Parts: sequence; C-alpha cells; structure tokens
Amino acid sequence: MANVVIPDAVLVKDYIAGDENSLSILIKRHQSKIYGFIYSKVTDRDIADDIFQDTFIKVIKTLKSNSYNEEGKFLPWVMRISHNLIVDHFRRNKKMPMYRETEEFSIFSIMTDNSPNIENRIITEQVESDLQRIIGELPDDQKEVLQMRIYQDLSFKEIADLTGVSINTALGRMRYALMNLRKVIEKNKIILTN
Amino acid sequence: MAKLYSKKPVAAPNMLPKKETIDFLLNYSKALKIVKTHNGTFESIAN
Repeated sequence: MANVVIPDAVLVKDYIAGDENSLSILIKRHQSKIYGFIYSKVTDRDIADDIFQDTFIKVIKTLKSNSYNEEGKFLPWVMRISHNLIVDHFRRNKKMPMYRETEEFSIFSIMTDNSPNIENRIITEQVESDLQRIIGELPDDQKEVLQMRIYQDLSFKEIADLTGVSINTALGRMRYALMNLRKVIEKNKIILTN
Repeated sequence: MAKLYSKKPVAAPNMLPKKETIDFLLNYSKALKIVKTHNGTFESIAN
C-alpha cells in the first residue's frame, strides 16, 4: 500500500476545521527542523524547548483564530515565528543575562561574595570611630556643616538656610573643616583606609 | 588547514523537543477555544 503524505496545507485546513490530529502530524513532521534551528541559535536545550513551545502556542492561536493566510508555506511561517522569538530571547537576555554552569564554565568565576569579612568589618568600625573622634575636635560651626553635608546629605543651599548663613560661608566652613581634618590626620599619622 | 578555521556545528542531527513539550502543546490545542466577536477576540481554556 502506498504511503500517502498529506500536504501541510491540507493538514492546516483540517486543523482549522477542528481535526486536532492534524496538528500532531504537523508538529511531528517539522519538529526536528524547527527545534534544530532554535537550538543552533540558543545552544541550550531548555531554552530551545521553551522557544519551541512558545512558537507553537503562537501557531495554535493564529490558526484557531482564523488569522492564518499563508497557505502552502507552513514551515517557513513557523520558522519565521521561531526566529522572532529567538530575537526576543536574545534582547531579553542582553538586559538580564542568564549564566549556566558547564564543564568549561563555572558560575563561581563571575560570582563573588562582596560582603565584608570579620577583619574588614573590624577595620571599618575602627576607621569610622577614629573619624568620629577627629570630627568631634573640629570647631562647632565647621563640624555642623560637615555633618550636614556628609552624614545628612544636605545641599549647601539647604545647609545655608538651616544655619542662617550664606552659601559661600557654608562652603568656606566645609573647606576649613576638611583642611583641619587633614591636618589632624597627618599630624597624628592616622590611617583611615582599609 | 581549512578545518582549523571551520566552526563545529552546534546542532546535533535529529534533535527533538521533549515529549512533555509536545504533549503540552497538543493538550493546550485541545483545550483552547477562540471566539471572535464584534468587540474582540476571546480565548478560553477548558480544564
């Protein structure tokens, strides 16, 4: 008995008419080409599966809503849909890259633990307490401007308004505060780095 | 020499999607109903 191959266009027509088995034949007939095409671009089996699935969800929706108008060119049409979805995938991935552990690539080569260790924490605490002590030695007007600028993150305009002086005076106090801090640090040979 | 510069094809022959993916698509197709009206298109999924 001769093996009759039903053309894609007929299967598409039958599927639109309600024959679900036609879709199964279409998928089985073209799955290798479509999946291979997707995989050749994304080189990840799970992502290729996702894109393959999304491609056919679009195909199903388009056919079921009678919006398909490319009779006889089923495969190129599906390939175009998958191509667009691949482009979307790379666009998304550019914004939010996904890394996967492989034999040649370890995720830990790009992942680091930036949280400070105990030693760094102790040094930071020491530096901060030293700095607080030196700031405490500054004249009140300079101390006030420095604290407002550095710790409260106020602008010089706001500092000037709050302290009732001009912006230039506030700037001058800040300048002297920093100069005095440097002087004390140099004189006492304090190391304020970790 | 030419071989040194040629890229190894990444797609293995006869690569196929997972069976689960195909099953999902066939079930999704069976469950999906799309109704077109004057106001728009409505999709419904039968459980």
